[in-house]
Amino acid sequence: MSSVAYVLIGGGVLFELFGAIGIVRLPDVYTRLQSATKCVTLGTCLILAGAAVGNPSATFIVKAVLCAVFIMLTFPVGAHALARGSHLGGVKLWEKSVVNAYDEVAEDIRRRGEAEADDASV
Amino acid sequence: MSPVAFTVFFCALLGAAFFCLYRLQQGPTAPDRMVGVDMLSTLLVGLCVLYALKTGMDFYLNIAIAWALLSFIGTIALAKYLEGRSLDE
Repeated sequence: MSSVAYVLIGGGVLFELFGAIGIVRLPDVYTRLQSATKCVTLGTCLILAGAAVGNPSATFIVKAVLCAVFIMLTFPVGAHALARGSHLGGVKLWEKSVVNAYDEVAEDIRRRGEAEADDASV
Repeated sequence: MSPVAFTVFFCALLGAAFFCLYRLQQGPTAPDRMVGVDMLSTLLVGLCVLYALKTGMDFYLNIAIAWALLSFIGTIALAKYLEGRSLDE
């Protein structure tokens, strides 16, 4: 295995470790989602790139690229859904947060949901 | 991949998984615990890739792909549940 593969895998593992430290140290669920998604997505894609470089057979390269594409498509979407769900579910931001631009949108969505529930009950 | 490098990378990823388990146990709200589970599944993808490199067998990469897609479905379902809606809406 070439040294390029070692560097790629080592960098990926380091990024995942930084994301894990962020998940412990950061103060609320939204900041934790940031570290848990960005760092870990990049780290996993770096590990997959290292695998494709380290074992350059056709199946390895195809499967590593496929896995990296799936990860880059799915994990940010999942984190966005998680942040939206926790905001609509009423999880508070950290008390030192400076801006909460989603609050009006969330209020609107909640009101619309209640109106639909009233219609259904009538 | 040399055994020493494999051990170092594997132990680093296991340490990261330990941090996720800490958040899973500690998290004050339900979304915090879900962040922990989500990240744990990502780390497992990394561990599968490391195993594939160590053994030289490519079916570990199939496991990694399936695991990534399944954890995405679970996250979406639980996020919808957090919004306070049922799954059929």
